[in-house]
Amino acid sequence: MEFLGDLVAWFLDGANWTGSNGIPNRVWEHIQLSVVATAAATAVALPPALWLGHHRRGGFLAVAIVNIGRAIPSFAIMALFLPISIRLGLGLGFWPALLALFALALPPIFTNTYTAVREVDPALVEAGHGMGMTDGEVLRGIEGPMASPVILAAMRVSAVQVVATVPLAALVAWGGLGRYIVDGFAVQDNVRVMAGGILVALLSIATELLLGSIEKRVVPTGLGSTPEVVAVPN
Amino acid sequence: MIVAQADQPFLRWDWVGRNLDELWAATQEHIILTTIAVGVGLAISLALSIVALRWRKTYTPITWVTGVLYAIPSLALFAFLVPITGLTRLTAEIGLISYTLLILIRNIVAGIDGVPEPVLEAARGMGYTRRRMFTDIQLPLAMPVIIAGVRIATVTTIGLVTITALIGQGGLGFFILRGMQFFSAIGTTQILAGTVLSVALAVTADIALLGLERLLTPWARRKAVV
Repeated sequence: MEFLGDLVAWFLDGANWTGSNGIPNRVWEHIQLSVVATAAATAVALPPALWLGHHRRGGFLAVAIVNIGRAIPSFAIMALFLPISIRLGLGLGFWPALLALFALALPPIFTNTYTAVREVDPALVEAGHGMGMTDGEVLRGIEGPMASPVILAAMRVSAVQVVATVPLAALVAWGGLGRYIVDGFAVQDNVRVMAGGILVALLSIATELLLGSIEKRVVPTGLGSTPEVVAVPN
Repeated sequence: MIVAQADQPFLRWDWVGRNLDELWAATQEHIILTTIAVGVGLAISLALSIVALRWRKTYTPITWVTGVLYAIPSLALFAFLVPITGLTRLTAEIGLISYTLLILIRNIVAGIDGVPEPVLEAARGMGYTRRRMFTDIQLPLAMPVIIAGVRIATVTTIGLVTITALIGQGGLGFFILRGMQFFSAIGTTQILAGTVLSVALAVTADIALLGLERLLTPWARRKAVV
């Protein structure tokens, strides 16, 4: 019970709401890194996934990318890029963390997009070609919209994973909410550790809800319910 | 300063040579942490799957709860557990086990659901009881899907074990975490050694389980759900 009291006191303490180690700044750092990583992964993953899915080629690649993503922990990627980033003069924090998160976000987006486009009913694609649509038009007008629920769900899953993994970036000297957990562990301050855990969980849930509601709005009506998309815990 | 850095080697192979014993001990630790997590996870998942198969209405709440567990960031989960169970192996295992449940339960249930009805009909006709039908017919026929789930859970767990270095466990993750504290070739070498061995472990485990599947089910191969 005393612990709960301390926890409430931590959240009520004005010092935890201001300055560079304050909650608003840490949330902002967290969001910044998450948005850049997810956007970069989407930008890199989508074009080849759409193209390969359209031509129904490269299935082995889709499987291989997900398996590699599963086998290499984000933690290890961050640690590996740390010395490389320092060598290249990019410094601590942002770049190693960004690369690791990018590598984490990419596989679900790539593989789910590829599979969704590939699995569009061939009769629809045939009909499109029959009406004189070019490959690009089939992709934009038929396969893209048909696959859009899965693509958006994959982006949501990746984004939530990224938000949930940014805390590890505190290990390579980036800010974000992981600072509370990592620094708390270091000085054995369980209240701060728990407060960090709560904030990370809340931000992950908020991301899930926000992107879920956007998804509902932009997915073409008539394409049914939200598909299930698979992620990797981190 | 920059010149001096450029002169330094990027990796120090001699460190690997001097620390083979330590690397081997960490690898064993990694295997133990993973085996306990997947073993206990499998036992719990099997029990919950039997409940879900017997009382269908429980399947949705079971996957919902395990789905929530699966979605909690590991660092946050450890943050919640450490105040209660401390920086112990128990804390690490609770986290690791909780991440295996969703994958395993989904695959066990899907595997058993995938057993063709005529087979079950034939078994019933031959007088199989429900229990014997489960152990002698449904479980063996569901084996490819179940093992596919075990493979995914194992590979994922091997990756996650590295993170438990933060709570003083970690197997090979220890080298990754410690390597980050040196800004030198020695540090990079440790990070790389930890990562490479962990990935190699994941690949080896995956191939071994694939071999086990072939051995147990010479007649068929099916795809995993997850």
